[in-house]
Amino acid sequence: MSVEYKTTYASIDNYNKGGVQMVSGNIKDYVFSNVYEVAATSPAYERVVVAINLVYTLEAARAEGQSDWYVCAHDEFVIAFDYDVEVHYIKLDDTSFIDDDKDGAIKLNEKPAGQYMGKITLKRGHQALLPEKTAYSIKAEKPATIVYQTVLGDESVQKWNEICLTEEQ
Amino acid sequence: MTNLNAMVDNKKTGYQDFTAGSFTFRRDEYFAYVDYPGGEYVMPIDDFLKALMRDIAWGFFYGTVNFDSVLGTTNHYGNVDLFIGSENEEYVNNGKDYKENFPSDELMEIFQAMQSDWTIEGFDPFAAPQETGTAWGPKNGNNDEAISRKRQVAKRMIGIPGDTEVRSDDTGYPVNRHFKDVDQSQPVVEAEPGFEDQIHGFNLWAHLSRSDVTWNPSVVSVCKQSLLCPTSEEYILPVEHGNDRVEWFVQVSDEIIWDIKDGKSSKPRASLVMRAGDVACMPADIRHQGFSPKRSMLIVWENGSPEILDMIKQGNQPRVGVEF
Repeated sequence: MSVEYKTTYASIDNYNKGGVQMVSGNIKDYVFSNVYEVAATSPAYERVVVAINLVYTLEAARAEGQSDWYVCAHDEFVIAFDYDVEVHYIKLDDTSFIDDDKDGAIKLNEKPAGQYMGKITLKRGHQALLPEKTAYSIKAEKPATIVYQTVLGDESVQKWNEICLTEEQ
Repeated sequence: MTNLNAMVDNKKTGYQDFTAGSFTFRRDEYFAYVDYPGGEYVMPIDDFLKALMRDIAWGFFYGTVNFDSVLGTTNHYGNVDLFIGSENEEYVNNGKDYKENFPSDELMEIFQAMQSDWTIEGFDPFAAPQETGTAWGPKNGNNDEAISRKRQVAKRMIGIPGDTEVRSDDTGYPVNRHFKDVDQSQPVVEAEPGFEDQIHGFNLWAHLSRSDVTWNPSVVSVCKQSLLCPTSEEYILPVEHGNDRVEWFVQVSDEIIWDIKDGKSSKPRASLVMRAGDVACMPADIRHQGFSPKRSMLIVWENGSPEILDMIKQGNQPRVGVEF
């Protein structure tokens, strides 16, 4: 008998979180969360740390409407985890305000001066480069889940007690 | 004293024996035999070869690669321990454990030669069970093409000109049989003139759907020392990976069940059921083994920072990802 395999995904409006069955130890050691749940329960574009290893982070966010503009001294990456998002880029006229030694994204007060570089439209599973010292803004017509690969910075929000399993379900 | 070692007749099977220090490795049609000063340890040859393949492909990896609850290697980054029972409470408590330390290159050369001689035509230790022949029987050719695959390691990001290429039919990576329904579209990049080579995206899920190996992460994007290492998984992770540092998983599709044991004693600690979107941390003092009922997509997220190596050498690396 031939089997037709179906790949199971989830989304901000339809996820089925797993869990932990403990034998011994502390369930918090596993820092267990779900990026769709985080996106579904967070304000738009709040960058919620879902994984951290020393200074490095993976940050989940709810994309909805147009985000502020951000820039970063180092490369970052973003992955669309469910619905379509656009990433818009601006080549900054002035990058002198960017501290090379500062980690993480910096939120800009307004749309920066510079040349519009273009946009990338991401569907589920698409990943985009957010190049160093290049301003970017994300836009989503309807709520979507995105995950950044970045470094802990001023915009990173850690709220582990809110997002992680603290006891067996 | 009675010799309890198995009688292996290489003249009948055609395989070679291999020696590393006081260890001797032998195989027959069904089993691998590891002789050491304390005795002999036996493993099914298919399990042994699949574990050996990961130890080779991962360069002894981060921490301990337990072939099972008794045999394994521990990476000290430049040198490596080969052990029997050193990560097993009963062996240790009864003084039955044994280990030797080797320069990594030396042991790797022996392991690679053994993998090449003992992997017969038609058996692919990287593949899911339904995608390969068996490891059993007498010597019958080899499968060096399969076992010499190099994992893809991006310098900045997959698909950027000059970096590792995106998998496609043209590059020899057809879509896996379990992922025929995965969307293969690429991001729409609308770059203004002059910026065509400065903004970049690719379909990571499609890239993963074309992975020709299981339980063998590649690197798709690099943020300083942060390595995004997605992989496709099916059936059982052939080793119990003993962490020497924190490691994170993000389940992209389908489901994996992780069996978590204590890193030193191998006593059970927990079972994690990870579904699409779930994120979990593997603490630095555990060993873990995954079970994937259907081929699934997993992001393994690693920190390759030399700072962690220093912490491990000093014994002060964080045990958990975060305390809250």
